[in-house]
Amino acid sequence: MSAERLLEVDGLEVSFQTEEGLVHAVDGVSFDLGPGEILAVVGESGCGKSVTAMTLLGLTRSPNSRFGGTAIYRGTELVGASDDELRKIRGAEIAMIFQDPMTSLNPVHRIGDQIVEQIRAHGPVTEAVAMERAIELLERVGIPRARERIRSYPHEFSGGMRQRVMIAMALSCDPSVLIADEPTTALDVTIQAQILGRIRDLRDETGAAVILVTHDLGVVAEIADRVAVMYAGRIVEHGTLDEIFYDPQHPYTWGLLGSITRVDRPRPTRLPAIGGLPPSLADRPEGCHFRPRCPHAFAKCTETPDLEFRGGKTPDHIDRCWLDPEAKRKLRVVDGQTGLMPPDRATA
Amino acid sequence: MSGHASAGNGAKPLLEVEHLELHFPIKEGIFFDRERARVHAVDDVSFVLTEGETLGLVGESGCGKTTLSRTLMRLLDPTGGSIRFHGREIAEAGKRELRPTRREMQMVFQDPFASLNPRKTVAQSVSTPLRLHGARGEEADRRVRELLERVGLAPEHAKRYPHEFSGGQRQRIGIARALALEPKLIILDEPVSALDVSVQAQIINLLDDLQERMGLAYLFVAHDLSVVRHVSERIAVMYLGKLMEVSPAEELYTKPIHPYTNALLGAIPVPDPRENRERERIVVSGEPPNPIDPPSGCVFHPRCEWATEACRSVEPPLARYPNGHLAACHHPRNVTAEDLAGAERDPASPLSAGDELPVA
Repeated sequence: MSAERLLEVDGLEVSFQTEEGLVHAVDGVSFDLGPGEILAVVGESGCGKSVTAMTLLGLTRSPNSRFGGTAIYRGTELVGASDDELRKIRGAEIAMIFQDPMTSLNPVHRIGDQIVEQIRAHGPVTEAVAMERAIELLERVGIPRARERIRSYPHEFSGGMRQRVMIAMALSCDPSVLIADEPTTALDVTIQAQILGRIRDLRDETGAAVILVTHDLGVVAEIADRVAVMYAGRIVEHGTLDEIFYDPQHPYTWGLLGSITRVDRPRPTRLPAIGGLPPSLADRPEGCHFRPRCPHAFAKCTETPDLEFRGGKTPDHIDRCWLDPEAKRKLRVVDGQTGLMPPDRATA
Repeated sequence: MSGHASAGNGAKPLLEVEHLELHFPIKEGIFFDRERARVHAVDDVSFVLTEGETLGLVGESGCGKTTLSRTLMRLLDPTGGSIRFHGREIAEAGKRELRPTRREMQMVFQDPFASLNPRKTVAQSVSTPLRLHGARGEEADRRVRELLERVGLAPEHAKRYPHEFSGGQRQRIGIARALALEPKLIILDEPVSALDVSVQAQIINLLDDLQERMGLAYLFVAHDLSVVRHVSERIAVMYLGKLMEVSPAEELYTKPIHPYTNALLGAIPVPDPRENRERERIVVSGEPPNPIDPPSGCVFHPRCEWATEACRSVEPPLARYPNGHLAACHHPRNVTAEDLAGAERDPASPLSAGDELPVA
């Protein structure tokens, strides 16, 4: 690992007290992030990926939530930070782009005023200077005629344009970490390609690190440097982009890779699906949480596997699966491609 | 899906749509509604869907694909053109006339969280169409159990409420409800867009099985080209209310003719890092224009890198290339000189389109 670490998350735990009992949304998540790095956090709905991202900014705090572990940003502990401390970091040091550009802007304020408000909240700047900066930001994210459009209201913008405004706003204080929670999920593919290109360019220009939360492995392949795969609150595999795509160690990763549809390949007669459903976070199976859906599960899987090096090519490629690394290489090939054996064909 | 021939080839037409048009008026004024402008949501669309066939309908948000599917269901009233179902004209049919047709055409909606009544049990939701068409008591209950089983749910799920189910399970309930009256055609409006990838595959495989067993025809509406490929025999690409290209499914991916289709395919991220690094990406610039004031000539010309004067002034007709592959473009991609020489103007072309076919 390179020397400078911007963000170090270690054993992060988040649980919520609900009517159905204690929900363990995030269970011992650890990762770190260096400058200019793009880390993708991948998983299905309810796996805890968004809660992880939001917890870093203190957005999950409530009387019913409990936290554990640490998240250190340049020497400052985020998990136990006071609201005042967090307010200084939030937006200025760590900024967030949310999924839904339709609901994350205030509909009754002009776009420009909303960006100006954020700039002035973090530094003594005059309104006029902040406005110039806002125009410059809008130009940088690719909004044409920014000087005129800065006076528009959110409803006058399309979804893609609003997402650009969100990115401009996130960049307004030159953050060193940008958290993007499904930034392109609500957008059309042609617009998605434009926005992803933008995020990559900005990383190159400003050197900001990016945490990209997504369910879409296509997006991951396009932009990420490293990938953490989450399942039921835990990271089940973590490695570089190529390690995850070409040498995946965890059966859940195989399943995710196998269920992507490819437009540039002949189509399979049947789409490979992962059988069953993710467990309820209030009542997770003991041991490996993926065990009930895994065709390769065996006796050992009732014990919880640690997230550690088990047989990848580099020591930083870590996973939580008890299977023998040699056996994995064979098991993950289904009909000539990476995938998870359908339950009706499994013999293991 | 497997086992069915593509369009034509002797199969009976189920749904024939000709020059269908739905323009929403934008009105102004307090006492007298003056029409100020019109949104060209569906603008002269023609296609045929045969029995047991799946036609994929693809386009970005705002292209009119949902409006088109709702118009076919007659949830919206068309402002022009005709819709024939089993040869019966339904574009202007009244409620009573529509009733027998409604039985045979059903719809599954995009959002499994909003399309089921939260205060009704699954049994109530699924049995409503049965009751409306005469089934009662024990018989209705038996049918509900059968339907749930058919879509992969357990009979005991019948007594539960929607909030007790996951998104994928809710979509199965929506499908069971659509199947209740044994329809001939199901219009699926983005049936898997709201679901996780692993669950998407389960639902698509289910739809595949049901089609094989029940001989259903599907109109499968989607916003991107990756999902429709697995279910469709033919795919229609829509942009700003018009059909840009209609193609046999596989050919659309290997030989996309319209520049817009090329742009859509180019924009899909390839889930393969090595190929991604090597791939030349065509990233189309700009956004779809406003359908209140669509561009002249070819509606795609402002975003098209091959656009010429002809594209700005003359709307291209749908040219028919080999294999029944249609495309509305003056500068088609991936066609040979031979393809061009044999091309004909297809009758599905919009009435406002020119007569000139592209030349080599």
